[in-house]
Amino acid sequence: MKILVAIKRVIDYNVQVRVKEDGSGVVTDNVKMSTNPPDDNAIEEAVKIKESGKATEVIAVTVGEEKAQETLRKALAVGADRGIHVKVDGIIEPLAVSKILQKIVDKEKPDLVFMGKQAIDDDCNQTGQMLSALLNWPQATFASKIYFKDGKLEVVREIDEGLETIEVNLPAIVTCDLRLNEPRYASLPNIMKAKKKSIEQLNASDLGVDITPRIQQIKVEEPPKRKAGIKVANVAELVQKLKNEAKVI
Amino acid sequence: MSRESMKYDVVIVGGGPSGLSTAIKLKQLDPNLNVCLLEKASEIGAHILSGNVFETRALDELLPNWRELNAPIKTKVNKEKFLFLSKTKSLSWPTWLLPAVQQNHKNYIISLANLCRWLAEHAESLGVEIFPGFAASEILYNEDGSVKGIATQDMGIDKERNKKNSYEPGIDLIGKVTVFAEGCRGHLGKQLIQKFNLNQGKDPQQYGIGFKEIWEISEKNHEEGLVMHTAGWPLDNNTYGGSFIYHAENKQLFLGYVIGLDYKNPHLSPFDEFQRFKTHPAIKRIIEGGKRISYGARALIEGGIQSLPKMYMPGALLIGCDAGTLNMPKIKGSHTAMKSGILAAETIFEKIKQNKDLSIYEEKFKNSWIYEELYRARNVKPSFRWGLILGIIFTGIDQILFKGKLPFTLRHKHADHETLKPANQMPKIEYLKPDNVITFDKTSSVYLTGTNHTDNQPVHLQLKDPNLPINYTLEKFDEPAQRYCPAGVYEVQKQNEQNKFVINSQNCIHCKTCDIKEPSQNITWVTPEGGGGPRYGNM
Ligand SMILES: Cc1cc2nc3c(=O)[nH]c(=O)nc-3n(C[C@H](O)[C@H](O)[C@H](O)COP(=O)(O)OP(=O)(O)OC[C@H]3O[C@@H](n4cnc5c(N)ncnc54)[C@H](O)[C@@H]3O)c2cc1C
Ligand code: SF4
Repeated sequence: MKILVAIKRVIDYNVQVRVKEDGSGVVTDNVKMSTNPPDDNAIEEAVKIKESGKATEVIAVTVGEEKAQETLRKALAVGADRGIHVKVDGIIEPLAVSKILQKIVDKEKPDLVFMGKQAIDDDCNQTGQMLSALLNWPQATFASKIYFKDGKLEVVREIDEGLETIEVNLPAIVTCDLRLNEPRYASLPNIMKAKKKSIEQLNASDLGVDITPRIQQIKVEEPPKRKAGIKVANVAELVQKLKNEAKVI
Repeated sequence: MSRESMKYDVVIVGGGPSGLSTAIKLKQLDPNLNVCLLEKASEIGAHILSGNVFETRALDELLPNWRELNAPIKTKVNKEKFLFLSKTKSLSWPTWLLPAVQQNHKNYIISLANLCRWLAEHAESLGVEIFPGFAASEILYNEDGSVKGIATQDMGIDKERNKKNSYEPGIDLIGKVTVFAEGCRGHLGKQLIQKFNLNQGKDPQQYGIGFKEIWEISEKNHEEGLVMHTAGWPLDNNTYGGSFIYHAENKQLFLGYVIGLDYKNPHLSPFDEFQRFKTHPAIKRIIEGGKRISYGARALIEGGIQSLPKMYMPGALLIGCDAGTLNMPKIKGSHTAMKSGILAAETIFEKIKQNKDLSIYEEKFKNSWIYEELYRARNVKPSFRWGLILGIIFTGIDQILFKGKLPFTLRHKHADHETLKPANQMPKIEYLKPDNVITFDKTSSVYLTGTNHTDNQPVHLQLKDPNLPINYTLEKFDEPAQRYCPAGVYEVQKQNEQNKFVINSQNCIHCKTCDIKEPSQNITWVTPEGGGGPRYGNM
């Protein structure tokens, strides 16, 4: 069994994101970038499945600028076997990424595609679902537990109401939640070995995918600052203020 | 359990200007040498904080074609100002009356973090193996007592020192020579100085704490290439320190403050002095209407040649600010750190190829411009113990008339942890509440540093005696850690009518001030899990 894992390079989750002065986007110069956190869980799960003997190969794929290769190297250092880098500069939307991934799936013929449930930069939460539609494969989103059962996959999903367990046939798309596992550290010897693993470089145009954005971004703004709260003396005052000042009751 | 080990010709600890210069120079001398470099930050540059007005002298020697290689060194200094501040006034000092060491017209305003990133890319292209996210936590010794290498930190250990599921043992990195380039108050450097008595016969080391904020300011206040320094207010005549204000590219202002850690009043809060400084009319005018985008702090080493330890020992070299090569009157340490790194590479090359002893480092050092520079600078910092005014007068005579060649050397008498006076003998200092426009509190400041440490790991600020802060330091010095730590790591909290000393280690920005200033040397900074700490951008 082959597992394809799609990962993305994003602004590190510890960095305080700043909006550009002209509102054209967020500042990425001089900003620490890392792997999108749930993508680490996706890689970890794929590697664990391989270690348990159920999979033979883990392929990591990323779509993005030149430096996105660093993200692939990290995936290789924690156990992915090889990488594919589809080079794209500038903004790329979920639909275009899904179409690129569709081409990669056609070529590599994996039995499972893992990815993070959403990317923390644009929070779209669409790519996995779109890929499933394009391939006409079943999808299991927000996975927090995965079991193999009689050639099928049983997946526990984190949903608003609690946990839901579903069963999907293979091949399938699984998008991973942070609770799925605890990603491992890359050890020094494995980082060294990862430098020797292969990364195939492709261009979106080689794959015949049109990546022209379909959404026009008009303006990016910081959320308004929260006003300082006030202290009320008692419940009566609270009710009075909610009624007369906030006008919510 | 024996750990895995990897062998190299040279193992370098620390990816600052000094360590990176050693790496590059080694590969230039012999491309076949196996060189690795460890950096505790999540990426090169993320723990670098510096002014920075950069003197290119050492870089000119290392990579003479740095301009063609598109080094991030663009903004030439084109104007200089020096102001004396009183509470409301400022007096401009003519720059022609500044000693030559404080003139900057040949220098550049840069981000040292970005220069390090660029140097690291160059080093990698030469084949240096760079491992960010790995802290060297332990020194390894051979049976004959010589340094064998270092061990990296175990990862995935919980607060109680049990192994977590993600446990990954550290490994031994063994080098023919190990180079320690951890910057000011290196945690391993400190152990080496002690073990090999490297500071025998030297004066106690001197330190300062340096703050830096990056502001984006309005176009009308920005003069790209302008370098400004101030002395005086808000510090009193007896506290050593001053500010720097550098107008960098992209309408950015690098605004900082340095305070000598030999200050005496335990009520003094370096962070709040810096915040207060920004309210001076001459400073506020520049940043008003602008936005603060970064904050950070880092200790710097100020002892100069009198305090410089021996830099070689069996199997290892100690370079850059890990030893203390900063030129204090210039407030510049990057070029000297780089030069000390270049000399280290030359020494190691001769050691490996011609079996020479590492002690040849000393001769190389003495014959180079770095020694000349530090020698001439030696009397400036100690003269300020007579106060700001006399210090300046003496410095004028020493530096302008005699160019640092007066026939005597002033000594540093005390280590910085010895200088605090009891709290009840010193005046309390009233600091204003932050307005969140010009001045800020520590919490919102640390937020800008992107600092994080994996939770559930052992506390990396170790107390030799856990009861001392409450039983002694609180009573005698009003526990100054609450104030000297620039990240609010230390708090004294009342819990059930009892005082409790709380360490919020996840906020630590790795400045090392506590390790230096704690009056009983009760706090030891050790390396947390690799990758932890601040995520500075272009500091
Ligand atoms: C506020 C301020 C302003 C300054 N202004 C100027 C200026 O204008 N001009 C100038 O020339 N100089 C200036 N300096 C001084 C200059 O920054 C230093 O002299 C210089 O950075 C020293 O270089 P270094 O390589 O010795 O150490 P550092 O630059 O401190 O680098 C050491 C590196 O080693 C890493 N490290 C430490 N311990 C370990 C470990 N155990 N394992 C792995 N990695 C480790 C650190 O994370 C860091 O990246 C300033 C300093 C400060 C604090
Ligand atoms: S705990 Fe120590 S090293 Fe960390 S930020 Fe505070 S003073 Fe600096």
